[in-house]
Amino acid sequence: MLEFVVRRLTTLAATLAVAALIVFLVMEVLPGDPAEVMLGLNAQPDTLAALRAQMGLDRPAPERFVSWVLAFLSGDLGISYTYDVPVSELIGERMVVTLPLALMAILFSTLIALPSGVLSAMFRGRPADTIIMGIAQLGVAVPNFWFAILLILLFAVTLGWTSAGGFPGFEDGILPALGALLLPAIALALPQAAILARVTRSSVIDVLGEDYIRTARAKGLPGGTVLWRHAVRNALAAPLTIMGLQFSFLLAGTVIIENVFYLPGLGRLIFQAIAQRDLIVVKDIVVLLVAIVITVNFIVDILYAWADPRLRNGGGNV
Amino acid sequence: MSEVTAVGYIRHRAGFWRRAMRHPGFLIGGAISLLVLLMAALALVWTPYPVTVLNIAEKLSAASIAHPLGTDHFGRDILSMLMVGAGNSVAVGLVAVGLGIGVGGPLGLLAAMRPGLISEAVMRASDLAFAFPALLTAVMITAIYGPGTMNSVIAIGIFNIPVFARLTRGVSLSVWKMEYVTAARAVGVPPLQIALRYMLPNIASPLIVQATIQFALAILAEAGLSYLGLGTQPPQPSWGKMLHEAQTMLYFAPMLAILPGAAIAVTVLGLNLLGDGLRDLLDPKLRGTAKPPKT
Amino acid sequence: MKTKLFAAAFLAAGLGMSGQVAAKDTLTLGIGLEPPHLDPTGGAAAAIDEVVYQNVFEGLTRIGPDGAVLPGLAKSWTVSDDGLTYSFKLRDGVRFHDGTAFDSADVLFSIGRAMAEDSTNAQKGLFEPIAKIEAPDAATVTITLKRPTGHFLFNLGWGDVVMVAPESADTNKTKPVGTGPFTFDRWSKGAEIRLKRNDAYWGAAAKLSKVSFKVMPDAASSAAALMSGDIDVFPNFGAPELLEQFRADPRFEVVVGTTEGETILSMNNTSKALSDIRVRRAIAHAIDRQAIIDGAMFGSGTPIGSHFAPHHPAYVDLTGMYPHDMAKAKALLAEAGYASGLKLRLTLPPPSYARRGGEVIAAQLAAVGIEAEIIPVEWAQWLKQVFKTTDYDLTIVSHTEPFDIGIYARDSYYFNYKSERFNQIYADLTEAVDPAKRKALIGEAQKVLAEDSVNGFLFELAQNGVWKKGIKGLWANRPIQANDVTAAYWE
Repeated sequence: MLEFVVRRLTTLAATLAVAALIVFLVMEVLPGDPAEVMLGLNAQPDTLAALRAQMGLDRPAPERFVSWVLAFLSGDLGISYTYDVPVSELIGERMVVTLPLALMAILFSTLIALPSGVLSAMFRGRPADTIIMGIAQLGVAVPNFWFAILLILLFAVTLGWTSAGGFPGFEDGILPALGALLLPAIALALPQAAILARVTRSSVIDVLGEDYIRTARAKGLPGGTVLWRHAVRNALAAPLTIMGLQFSFLLAGTVIIENVFYLPGLGRLIFQAIAQRDLIVVKDIVVLLVAIVITVNFIVDILYAWADPRLRNGGGNV
Repeated sequence: MSEVTAVGYIRHRAGFWRRAMRHPGFLIGGAISLLVLLMAALALVWTPYPVTVLNIAEKLSAASIAHPLGTDHFGRDILSMLMVGAGNSVAVGLVAVGLGIGVGGPLGLLAAMRPGLISEAVMRASDLAFAFPALLTAVMITAIYGPGTMNSVIAIGIFNIPVFARLTRGVSLSVWKMEYVTAARAVGVPPLQIALRYMLPNIASPLIVQATIQFALAILAEAGLSYLGLGTQPPQPSWGKMLHEAQTMLYFAPMLAILPGAAIAVTVLGLNLLGDGLRDLLDPKLRGTAKPPKT
Repeated sequence: MKTKLFAAAFLAAGLGMSGQVAAKDTLTLGIGLEPPHLDPTGGAAAAIDEVVYQNVFEGLTRIGPDGAVLPGLAKSWTVSDDGLTYSFKLRDGVRFHDGTAFDSADVLFSIGRAMAEDSTNAQKGLFEPIAKIEAPDAATVTITLKRPTGHFLFNLGWGDVVMVAPESADTNKTKPVGTGPFTFDRWSKGAEIRLKRNDAYWGAAAKLSKVSFKVMPDAASSAAALMSGDIDVFPNFGAPELLEQFRADPRFEVVVGTTEGETILSMNNTSKALSDIRVRRAIAHAIDRQAIIDGAMFGSGTPIGSHFAPHHPAYVDLTGMYPHDMAKAKALLAEAGYASGLKLRLTLPPPSYARRGGEVIAAQLAAVGIEAEIIPVEWAQWLKQVFKTTDYDLTIVSHTEPFDIGIYARDSYYFNYKSERFNQIYADLTEAVDPAKRKALIGEAQKVLAEDSVNGFLFELAQNGVWKKGIKGLWANRPIQANDVTAAYWE
């Protein structure tokens, strides 16, 4: 097991290093000079040169790559070209929007998906199952940004219950801030919930067909106990994997959803940073997101081993 | 030996249509997909109105006999734009999936047949690709090479490569180890011939199923990119772009946002139903697990 | 179902919060673009001035709501008869927000810093005529020019020429310290910038105690924020299609004012086809300004026939020079050898006037046989490809600097326009001080540009302000890039 973890960690580090290199190279060919963007239309050439030197853009690429990676590892993410503040500070400010948003979305998604998936499996083939799975089919098909627009249309435009976007910040209280994240989180959660419900359903159905469940039933254990104590827990492995994968979807999904609701989060930041050629911010966020995705997948692998009894016992043939 | 597979393959397909006719999901999905295809094909030769000619005097008119779905802020006919948008979406799906299968398929086969360095390289590369949030990377790629249909389709298609490489490798591995393939290898049949004659028919079903799903995902992704202004560019209409333009007009012209979104949702729903149906029909006993048919 | 009920309760709670009405001495403004930093002397972004100009930082002169030059930190001045020497008397008792006193040394520092070799001031041209600057005493500054400069006092009112202190200049980007009636409070990046009243202000104190600038680049959510009361005023609302909505709403008034933004279809005068004046004139005839204004701007904007603001006293109406005439356009194209068609690139920056206007123009050009390939770009790319390397054929952009007709006299400005005739007129203009003569020269300059059909002159951007009823003392017009809230109050 330890060897497995060490091997996985090495792969993780190697993947990150390659990812950093790719991101850096990709950024190098980006057209547009950040110094020009900062100074605008009527900038004088000598002004530009001064700013470029100030930002270190006159040094060769390999040198900049190495110093970027080294600084990144020591926790120094550099200074944003456009905002002139440390990138870590910028990311921190945006994280307080994106992280609650992603967590709320995962929470909603899980709260909706797990019970309906299990329910669907219990009533397999009956109307409840058909309805839930029908909704899930629809949920997978609806683009989340369109769903977001529909939510705005209903709650903001027609009913006037909520604002159609923007973020009041946490200074004015936690409730209004979380309230502003509610519609975005629902919009993000829906497609994920649909996928998760379907996976949960088939996973529970599979487990219900396993020998040990039939044995448990034959032993006369009540149906509910069998379902919850044995089947659901053992059926969690597949949904867990999906949730791990969904995390990267969610992070990417925030790029669009934060744009729909105009939330000052990480997704919005990277979109703006690309537009403003704030290369340091783009590089840092992408590498950070890749790191998060890899780490989450790593954790999921370990959880998977915990949730799947066959893997835990070292048996199985997966 | 090859006779056995051929028989298995045919037996597997036998009664496909008879069973298909009793599968509601497949029928609905198939019908929707067909409708979208027909709409896209029709838009190539005819639309009620040209979509590149603006008629500002008639902007934002409500549904009427002349314009069954109304007009947009430039006075363009919404129905015509949706039709051309369908063509755009179908093209995007075809190219993105084609790229995925065309590059990912051979890579996966190669990885299955040549374990060791090649296999390892293919798998690590696809691990890496999976670690990048796909949409984010597509945003980056279109930002670098400029927004546009081609660039966004390539950005989407790239992420189909590891999907199909993994799937192909997975299903091919088990086929590769099957007796008749081992036997064929033993008597010295060239690898390419093995791949094409013995393996391809056995891995086709899961690939078709996956292709349908990736097709739907590609349409969704392109709509997202176009919504962000990075995908299809004017004057070419696209569903995602129509949605984007409609957002500031929600207050007085909500249909402008509702219609293109519904078009995306219905198309994707149809393709997903078709994909699920195909999986049921082509692989009735082993849903979701990509194992080769028993011979 | 439970989550839905929970959601509804949540939403209702949020509503209750925003429904509260406080005794109003605060103002929340929406701005379309977030400033990259807050030092107006270190960047060209209009967004910087839109937050800090006149509110936080002040210059020697200031520009009034009608574009007039008013005394600022200089309470009075005299100009020598040859127009070369300006002598400014500074106000007494002015202090920077950090408590340091403002005197002639700060003026010398501010202007010297802006003119320095390594200065990142984006408008160094404003300082270029200055030959010498001296401070005879703490309350007097004398500036000597190389040549008479008609607009010098107006130029001193630009945001790029505001007064900064040596103690705080280096940190102004993140912590601006000026002399204005508001001090900087807090900046939540990507969301809002807050100012609060400067109780130690040298002049009449501001009536508002707090002012917040919320960054709202997206038209849909800005509209929503206005509707829900999160924002009181959007001085320059970006989505003209929504104005009807606000006009119909009794809570708001829509204040349509003027800007200095000439929106033009810029042409690369050295690209192969466009170097031919017949092609440029054909394009001018192909353009239907009213259709662009109606289609892309929902009726907002005033047609222009040259590069000049219609509200300016010296404006000459030249919109009739090239009436919309497709036959004429086709004939001119045929004459120039493009009877069988012409393909041009139309590079469009992000603002909606450009993207939407571009779609309309592409359709209008297509009608006369010019195929315009739309290339949408971000500002960074636009600056590089269009503005710097002039690798473009056509583009649409709004030139928002006040009185900027002089860009046509610049060498290698991105239009690549070169006209001895225009340069002579402009040279005469910069040295002319007599108002009648200036007016005549300005009129001539406009005519030359129209005759040469340098660019497609489309319309003057309107300043579409959406104001909550009851707010007074804001600027309806935009003579300079600013959101001056120093005189704003609630009725």
